[in-house]
Amino acid sequence: MALPEDDPATASAEAAAEAPLVEAPADTVAGEVVLRLTDLVKTFPGVRALDGVQLEVRAGEVHCLLGQNGAGKSTLIKVLAGVHQPDSGLVEWRGEPISFANPQAAMRAGIATIYQELDLVEDLSVAENAFLGHEYRRFGFIRRGSMARHTRQILGRLGHGEIPPGRMVRSLPAAGKQIVSMARALSHEARLIIMDEPSAVLAHDEVGNLFRIIRELTAQGIAVIYISHRLEEIREIGDRVTVLKDGRTTAANLPARDTPTRDLVSRMTGRTIEYVFPDHPTDDTAGAELLQVEGLTRTGEFADVSLTVRAGEIVGIAGLVGSGRSELLETIYGARLAEAGTVRMDGKVLRPGVGAAVRAGMGMAPEERKSQALLLGEPIYRNVTLATFGRYARLGFTDAAKERAEADRIAETLELRPRDVDRPVRTLSGGNQQKVVVGRWLLGGTKLLLLDEPTRGVDVGARAELYQVIRSLAAQGVGVLLVSSEVPEVLGLADRVLVMREGRVVREAAAGELDENTVLDLVMAGSLMEGAPA
Amino acid sequence: MSDATPTPTATPERPQLPAQSPPVDPAETAVAGDKAAGAGRLSWWRGDGGDGAKRNLGLIGVLAALIVVGAITKPDLYGDPNWVWNNVLAILQLASVVGVVTVGMTFVIIGGGIDLSVGAIVALAGVWCTTVATQNYGAGGMIFTALLVGICVGLVNGVLISYGRLVPFIATLAMLVAARGLAASISNKQTQVSSSTFINDIAARKVLGIPILVYILGAVVVAGWVLLNRTTFGRRTIAVGGNPEAARLAGINVRRHTMLLYALSGLCCGIAAIMLTSQATSAQAAMANLYELDAIAAAIIGGTLLSGGRGTIVGSLLGVIIFATITNLFAINGLSIEAQNMVKGGIIVAAVLIQQFQFKSVTRLLARNRVTTAT
Ligand SMILES: Nc1ncnc2c1ncn2[C@@H]1O[C@H](COP(=O)(O)OP(=O)(O)OP(=O)(O)O)[C@@H](O)[C@H]1O
Ligand SMILES: [Mg+2]
Repeated sequence: MALPEDDPATASAEAAAEAPLVEAPADTVAGEVVLRLTDLVKTFPGVRALDGVQLEVRAGEVHCLLGQNGAGKSTLIKVLAGVHQPDSGLVEWRGEPISFANPQAAMRAGIATIYQELDLVEDLSVAENAFLGHEYRRFGFIRRGSMARHTRQILGRLGHGEIPPGRMVRSLPAAGKQIVSMARALSHEARLIIMDEPSAVLAHDEVGNLFRIIRELTAQGIAVIYISHRLEEIREIGDRVTVLKDGRTTAANLPARDTPTRDLVSRMTGRTIEYVFPDHPTDDTAGAELLQVEGLTRTGEFADVSLTVRAGEIVGIAGLVGSGRSELLETIYGARLAEAGTVRMDGKVLRPGVGAAVRAGMGMAPEERKSQALLLGEPIYRNVTLATFGRYARLGFTDAAKERAEADRIAETLELRPRDVDRPVRTLSGGNQQKVVVGRWLLGGTKLLLLDEPTRGVDVGARAELYQVIRSLAAQGVGVLLVSSEVPEVLGLADRVLVMREGRVVREAAAGELDENTVLDLVMAGSLMEGAPA
Repeated sequence: MSDATPTPTATPERPQLPAQSPPVDPAETAVAGDKAAGAGRLSWWRGDGGDGAKRNLGLIGVLAALIVVGAITKPDLYGDPNWVWNNVLAILQLASVVGVVTVGMTFVIIGGGIDLSVGAIVALAGVWCTTVATQNYGAGGMIFTALLVGICVGLVNGVLISYGRLVPFIATLAMLVAARGLAASISNKQTQVSSSTFINDIAARKVLGIPILVYILGAVVVAGWVLLNRTTFGRRTIAVGGNPEAARLAGINVRRHTMLLYALSGLCCGIAAIMLTSQATSAQAAMANLYELDAIAAAIIGGTLLSGGRGTIVGSLLGVIIFATITNLFAINGLSIEAQNMVKGGIIVAAVLIQQFQFKSVTRLLARNRVTTAT
């Protein structure tokens, strides 16, 4: 790793001289400045993740960080949380320069963090996770009783008093885990709470809940740094916005409510992106029935589900987290054993097992990228071709050049950054990892795509690209079954929509016949804890 | 990245810098130009993991250190090129049997398992192929028997683990006990002498001045390297060990593959059994004692992750050679086995520490440098 050719300090100084940072008048927020970052730089081998970041956060505000995938948001908050140490730059915390040697130091100083990737210990209970690292102790013994009491109280505040503090975290659904990591952040006496894409795994009503809590916190003068790729959320909850691009602050302290979307997007991406869904085909182009599911049942997950997907058709499934959507998808894919019912591809009943499904032309991008989809230490190209390397192989010998070329093509379409497909997936940002997961099945040769939250954590620009790719695959005759917590996404992308609630399909209609509110009303009766084994 | 061309927008904006602002390393710019070539060059030495090459450099360092120690303690011997060449051959020959077992072990560990029964399988295969009945079929029959016994016992391990859902540690521990027991009962606790000159010659003969055992080790290592790095089998092994759930959801038959990994380890044990039988011109139930520990230690020293998903054949080979060199070093200095074992333990820890240390410290140094130039 050679030294940079340019001295970074002079480079950023020059840039600053040419175009001074845009800064909006900060009269919207009254609180005193609790955190100020000046010219923060953090490099990883081969990547300048932060390259001169400026940030100012005031007490009692919700400060939003915007930026494309890989812009450096998560790296920035990891520096604040003491996970990474900056190479240079100044961090001032409540008026004093400070550097956190480790996460404990940051927590002691009053900075609590909810990371983008869940960091819970699966085999500990909810209460033990919430108080991990700062357990209540007396004479070296953990005071379980008071910890459980306090956890219950925090969960109640979070609107989830029904989660038992003694429950193992492993048995919770994804959204439940997110609640627990929020509980952990609240269990500290924090002055600043950082949330890295907390809403990515939450359903619509959960997000409302989250916002209520954020408002409570800010009313007490606690500052919140909020990261999300959903602009609607930033408009609703944010006070000010700082935009990052390629590790630099391109705009600071914009008013969250009134800055035009066009401005935000162009500062993030350096260009203007139309955040729209591709057109539905005007005439009915869908072909023969590709997938036929009849009476599929798994006790406690979903019951008696029947559906069809035709070639060239995009079918969307709307429903809450825990309504059985992901389980349904995995069962169709053969990853879970159906208790009753049949799955037919091209009219033939599928034998159980993923292998049979893949051979029949199915591909599934699962819900949890880290645990279900990625080999974190392996290079990007090998992750992209994980399901298809056998197809490029000759006589059992893999063809790495071909694999690299294919992966590179996907990387280009989905705007993967950095574009170097030999990099280990571990070093990619969250949204870019997600692109790898989805990209795996876009390589061709797939007849039916099962997509579970395909755009989780993906930025606006890449999202539009992804929609285009999915639509054009459909135009080529690929069937798509799409699960998403974002109702507009389901309505905008799908031709036909199924609404699931508590493991049953409660409504099926063409996408044009439904609107967001109707779907939300249909979906709402579910609750978080359903679908999890007792 | 590449599309960060200046676009006129309504708002004032910073001038568009090249996407990767100041290039951090020269190789990174190569990526923008010629992707394939640049990437190939990059991945070899890049410090952020994935590739075992840099770890292997550390192992070669350890090996060099051992040679220096040898040269210091016995300067007269090391001054004689003839002796040195013969000593190298002696070390390689010493490493050959465990080396073959370690190749199989490396696959199993990369695939997320562990095989404690390798030593026992070697003993069972050795004993079985030297029974009077088998020896009647000649050398061909003996070799066939040893390989078949190895594969079959490996398959039993594999079936128990992947379909019987036993923990690998338990299943192979049970096999360790059972296979040694079976070997003892087959041989009646006697040493069975091999009367096949063909078999006995394998260890005794040299071709072009190099022992045949070393050729066998070389062949197994090359085959193992190709299998791991160039075939779908190897790719599946890494996937199954790195993230079994992801492998399953990508359509890989994880169970069948796991089973095959143990069969492969068994096959290596079968080969090792012939080599060892040839060396001793006999076989007995207690042979290849504690080979499992040597093989596991060599693989781990070689950078194979005990939790699976990562490892290299070259690293494992270096691990085995390092052990053989230590043994050799002690032998030429006339030191006891006890002292040798204590040092071996120390070397295991030291080798792993050195590997973890070297590149981290280099990058840290560079980073520190950068801070000082920046401020
Ligand atoms: N451990 C690491 N090693 C090497 N590079 C890394 C590492 N972590 C992050 N990076 C790189 O740093 C850059 C910034 O990543 P970061 O995770 O901060 O992005 P992000 O803004 O959070 O993106 P997203 O919206 O996708 O979560 C990326 O180019 C990423 O590849
Ligand atoms: Mg991130």
